[in-house]
Amino acid sequence: MLEIKNLHVKLEEEDKQILKGVDLTLEAGKVHAIMGPNGSGKSTLSYVLSGRDGYEVTDGSATLEGEDILDLEPEERAAAGLFLAFQYPVEIPGVGNMTFLRTAVNAQRKARGEEELSAGDFLKIVREKAKSLKINADMLKRPVNVGFSGGEKKRNEIMQMAMLEPKMCILDETDSGLDVDAMKLVSDGVNALRGEGRSFLVITHYQRLLDHIKPDVVHIMADGRIVKSGGPELALEVENNGYADILEEVA
Amino acid sequence: MALPAQKQDATDARLASMTLPESGVWAKTAREDALSRVTAMGLPSARDEYWKYTNPASLVAREAPEAALHENDAVPLYDGIDRLKVVFVDGVFDAEASDDLTLEGVEIERLAEVSQMDIHWAKDLYGVLETRGQKPVERPMAALNTAYATDGLVIRATGQVAKPIALIYRHESTTSDAILHHVIRVEEGADVTVLENGPAAARFNKVMEVDVADKGAFHHVRAQGRDHERRANTHLYGRLGTESVFKSFTLTANGRLTRNEVVLELLGDDAQAHVAGAALGDGDFHHDDTVFITHDAVNCESRQVFKKVLRNGAVGVFQGKILVQPDAQKTDGYQISQSLLLDDDSQFLAKPELEIYADDVACSHGSTSGAIDEDALFYLRSRGVPEGPATDLLVLSFLAEAIDEIEDEAIADDILSRLEAWLARRRG
Repeated sequence: MLEIKNLHVKLEEEDKQILKGVDLTLEAGKVHAIMGPNGSGKSTLSYVLSGRDGYEVTDGSATLEGEDILDLEPEERAAAGLFLAFQYPVEIPGVGNMTFLRTAVNAQRKARGEEELSAGDFLKIVREKAKSLKINADMLKRPVNVGFSGGEKKRNEIMQMAMLEPKMCILDETDSGLDVDAMKLVSDGVNALRGEGRSFLVITHYQRLLDHIKPDVVHIMADGRIVKSGGPELALEVENNGYADILEEVA
Repeated sequence: MALPAQKQDATDARLASMTLPESGVWAKTAREDALSRVTAMGLPSARDEYWKYTNPASLVAREAPEAALHENDAVPLYDGIDRLKVVFVDGVFDAEASDDLTLEGVEIERLAEVSQMDIHWAKDLYGVLETRGQKPVERPMAALNTAYATDGLVIRATGQVAKPIALIYRHESTTSDAILHHVIRVEEGADVTVLENGPAAARFNKVMEVDVADKGAFHHVRAQGRDHERRANTHLYGRLGTESVFKSFTLTANGRLTRNEVVLELLGDDAQAHVAGAALGDGDFHHDDTVFITHDAVNCESRQVFKKVLRNGAVGVFQGKILVQPDAQKTDGYQISQSLLLDDDSQFLAKPELEIYADDVACSHGSTSGAIDEDALFYLRSRGVPEGPATDLLVLSFLAEAIDEIEDEAIADDILSRLEAWLARRRG
C-alpha cells in the first residue's frame, strides 16, 4: 500500500534536515505504529506524506499503491486515498461542518470521475456514521471544529475519515488530549474502519492507544530514521523502559 | 470663510451644469437650503481630511465618467423572495417594470410627485437628517443630493409591512449620472424591510434618510454590483427612537469607486443599531465604508461589522467612528473592520475611532488585515478540496460574521449564493 524509501526531508525555511532516510513498507490491510521521542520526525513524516508546504524532499520516494505521491498536490493525494487525522484539527469559523464534509466528499468523487452524492444520500450516510461516533446533529451544524472540545475534535477527524473512506490513514497523535472514554470512542471508530485493503499508520507517544488499536508492526523512530521495528511487544517495552534503552541498543 | 480657490472652482463648475428642479413650496425651500449648504461647504477634494483615503474627483467632476454596461444576472437577486418591486432605470422610476405601489402597512409615494405638492409630511424628514449629519463632519455630496434629487421614494410604514420593498436599480446608459433620494418614516411599532440591488448608473449619488420612531424596526439589505466601472457615493442616515431597531447590511462586488457613508443617531433609550458590510474587490476597485454612530441615549447598542476581500491591487477603506455623548450611559458599542488580502498588491486602510464622554460604557473595536490562513487551507486540501474552492470556503468563512448580521434567513441565503457565484466566476 504505502512504500517509503530512503526519505530525506529538510525544512524549506531553515537548512535543517528532519528526516534522514526513512524506510517503511506498509502492506494493504495492516496497521503499523510509529513511536519515538519528541523531535524524532514523526509528525514531519505525516505532513510530508500528506503534502503540507514548508518541507523539501531532498532524496528518496514515497508511493501509494505504486504511484509516486510526493509530486501530487494535497487534494490529489486525498483523492488517491490518503488521509491524515490531524494532531491539532483546525477551526474554521463560518463554515458548517456539514458543508465542509459534503464539499470534501464530492470534491474527491469528482476528482476520481465518480458522480457526486445527492443531498439526500449524503445526509443519510452522514447520520449513520455520526451515530456510531456519538456525533450529534448540533456538532454537524456547528462551524468546523469551532468550540469543540479536544475529544470532539478528534471524533470529528474520525468522522471525516469514515465519510471519505480512504485507503491509507495516518493518525498523528490522535490520542493527545483525550480522556479514557474519548480514546475508546475514537479507537472504536478506527477499528470499525479496519478491514481488507485499508491500512493505518498510527503515530503516538504512548502505548495506551495501541491497547485499543492493535498494531501489526511497531516502529521506533529517532533522529529522522526508523531505528527499530518489531511486533506489539515493542510498544510495551517502550512503555516500561522508555526510549533510552532502545536508542542505546541501536546506537 | 472663503473656500480654497481650487475647491471653489470645482464646486462652481459642477453647480454651473445643474439647475434646481421645479418644486412645490416645501421642497423648494429644502432644495434652496441644501444648495446654500453646498456653496458654503464646497464639494469635497482630495485635500479634505475626511477624503484622505478616497479621491472624490470623479464623484465631484462636472460630467459622470463613462461606465460600460454589465450583463444583468440571469436570475436576479431576491428572485425567490416575495417582495414589492420598484424599478429605477439610470435613476428614473420605471412604472412599467415596477409593481403597483400599494402594500399593506405602508404608504409609498414618489419624490417626483410629492415634491410638487406645497405641503407634505416629507418636509419633516427630507434633508433633515442630512442637515443634522453635517456636524461634526461635513458631507457636501449628500447636501448636493438633497438639492438636486428629482426621484426616489417617500415611504411611511405604519404597521407590520406585508413584504419587503425591493428597490432595483438598472443601469442602461453608459453616461448616466443618477441622483436618488429616499425618505423613510417608520412609525411607532412599525416594521419594514427595504432591499436594494443593482448598479444604478454610471455615476450614482444616493441618499436614504430613515427615521425610526419608538419601538419601530428598519431592516435594510443591499447589494451593489457587479458593474466594473460604476462609481457610487451613498449616504444612509438613521435616527433611532426608544427601543427601536435599525439593521443594515451591504454586499459590494466590483465597482471602480464606491463610498458608502452611514450616519446614525441613537436618540431614544434601549435602541439597537447594526451596520455591516461585505465587499469583494478584484483589480480596479476602491471601496470605502465611512460610518459615524452617535450614542445620545441610555443603554443603546451599536455594532459595526465590515469585511473586505481584496486582490489584484484592490483598495479597501474603513473610517468608522463611535461617538458617545456624556449622557449616553450603559452604551454597548462594537466595531470590527477586517480585510483579507489575497495577494501583496492589495491595500486596506482603516481608521477606527472612539470618542467617549460617558463613564459607564462598554466599547470595543478592532481592525485587522491578513492573508489566507495556511493551516486552514492545508486542512481543507488534505480532505480533497482543491486550492481554488478551498480558498473560496475560507473567504466565506472570513465574511461569515458580516453575513450573520442579516436577520432574514432567506435573504441571507440569497446573498450567500450571490457571493459564492462571484467567487466561482473569479476562479474561472
